[in-house]
Amino acid sequence: MKPEVILETRKLTMRFGGLTAVDDFNAKIYKGSIVGLIGPNGAGKTTCFNMISGFYAPSDGRVLFKGADITGTPPHEVCRAGVARTFQNIRLFGNGTVLQNVMVGCHVRQKTSWWQTVLYLPSNLKEEKAIAEKSRGLLKVFGLEHLAGEKAKSLPYGAQRRLEIARALATEPQFLLLDEPAAGMNPQETNELMGFIRDIREQFKLTILLIEHDMKVVMGVCEHMWVLDYGETIAEGPPESIKANPKVIEAYLGEEAIADA
Amino acid sequence: MMERKLKIISNIMATAVLAMFLWWAQTNLGAYHTQILNLIAVNIILALSLNLIYGFTGMFSLGHAGFMAIGAYTCSILIMTPAQKEMLFILQKAYPWVQEAGAPFVVAVVAGGLIAALVGLVVGAPLLRLGDDYLGIATLGFAEIIRVLANNIPRITNGALGFKGIPGYANIWWNFGWCLFALYFIVRIVNSNFGNTLMAIRDDEPAAKAMGINIFRYKLLSFTIGSFFAGIGGALLASLVSTIDPKMFLFTLTFNVLMIVVCGGLGSLTGSVLASIAITILLEWLRFVENPIFIGDFELKGIPGMRMVVFSLALLFIILFRREGLMGMREFRWEWLLGLFRKRGEVK
Repeated sequence: MKPEVILETRKLTMRFGGLTAVDDFNAKIYKGSIVGLIGPNGAGKTTCFNMISGFYAPSDGRVLFKGADITGTPPHEVCRAGVARTFQNIRLFGNGTVLQNVMVGCHVRQKTSWWQTVLYLPSNLKEEKAIAEKSRGLLKVFGLEHLAGEKAKSLPYGAQRRLEIARALATEPQFLLLDEPAAGMNPQETNELMGFIRDIREQFKLTILLIEHDMKVVMGVCEHMWVLDYGETIAEGPPESIKANPKVIEAYLGEEAIADA
Repeated sequence: MMERKLKIISNIMATAVLAMFLWWAQTNLGAYHTQILNLIAVNIILALSLNLIYGFTGMFSLGHAGFMAIGAYTCSILIMTPAQKEMLFILQKAYPWVQEAGAPFVVAVVAGGLIAALVGLVVGAPLLRLGDDYLGIATLGFAEIIRVLANNIPRITNGALGFKGIPGYANIWWNFGWCLFALYFIVRIVNSNFGNTLMAIRDDEPAAKAMGINIFRYKLLSFTIGSFFAGIGGALLASLVSTIDPKMFLFTLTFNVLMIVVCGGLGSLTGSVLASIAITILLEWLRFVENPIFIGDFELKGIPGMRMVVFSLALLFIILFRREGLMGMREFRWEWLLGLFRKRGEVK
């Protein structure tokens, strides 16, 4: 049986004025896989993410999620459809508590509305309680439960990264976009994170697309990857073939490196 | 965590204590002090509504005076008798529907709130796409438009003359009743997951979008609820002061509310309540600086408006030395009060 394609991009292109940030990006991502999008700084990886998650409307091309066209739909609807994301520069709700941050993530699946809160309806009280419980459960998975009452902005860096992923998972996604989850981490933390990403894939039945510009860290965790340079896809394939690809080496290390080798 | 039941009982008891205090105040306090109490209640409503918009949702709105004006005029038209209106509209006759309109006080106040909310919804739809300072400027413009309109549609608002002798139905019970209602309504919203999403929008809009929140819809909702209570506050104020005219709804009115909210702490309802009480009382108490002061045989002549100077200085110091306001983003909790008692008990 052929695995199901969960997300597909066709000829995805983004132009900012005269600059083409991403040109003709084609990808088929299979359900349950962990795949990577790599490339040097400014290669257009985050632009790709922004197009998939609805923050940018692509200049050209399509994004298909589970067969449905989601090109140009606003971010909140993309999230409702089942695509969650994190940000390269951590974006938490800094003045809220850790628990509140995760609860906000649960909101997209909440059925009762604000006026039911005001009327003190039992259905709403029950759901709010269930959301708090679910959020605590998620914090436990991420080892943050003891920090539930702390302000999000007071957390150490690593915990903030984990909280951002926990919050994304609270929206009950099927597809998770991680924008440089290992940025600012030391090699050991990065290793732990990669193991952790594999764990949550199993536990939450996710498909994960992650961005990294550090090639070493993604080699271990990704099953398939795309390499971008100046907006163009210069290589695609499993880690082994990427490692050996001269174009990739050139993009990362410069031409001299190839000559030396 | 404290049990919900105990909290509810505590809240009911607090309300009962307040009711007893009001009952005592009604019989023992003179008209002047009662009026201050009434102003406190109205200011609390206004401060809570602005705090919901600015402190909790992060929308810098300076349109409060406009919504108050809408509430005040709507309520006044509804509670004045046709005969009164006949006397008032001397420049131009009122429209027949203005002349005939009449409703009980509760309905009039609710109508004031609803029309303010409706206007909030209509102007919010285009304005809330603006961010930060631009929204402030646009809402300030809106409030001015409302004021100029009030000046220029004499067949509804009696133009620059305004209304006099508006029936003073807004007694201490109505004012504090509405005040408690507003407090309950906004506390419920802020403490729910809906409140969390508003906080999320305030702290980081892109992240809120990525969390599946339709931020435009929620901003509009928060703005409309805020306008509703601003309208209610305006309606009560009209009945309380019995005279309204367009000049009353100048920018300074918005500024007063803004000052209360900032002093109390953006994002703290407790702060808004405490600051409403403190500032309303201080504004009255500070009147002594405007009276002649004797130092020995030397007489300092009183300067009218001096208390606003003192107040501005006080505000300046607050912004300089305690920018987060009285309460920061902290709230009063029953656990907190109980903890205080417990600690004291342990010491003994």
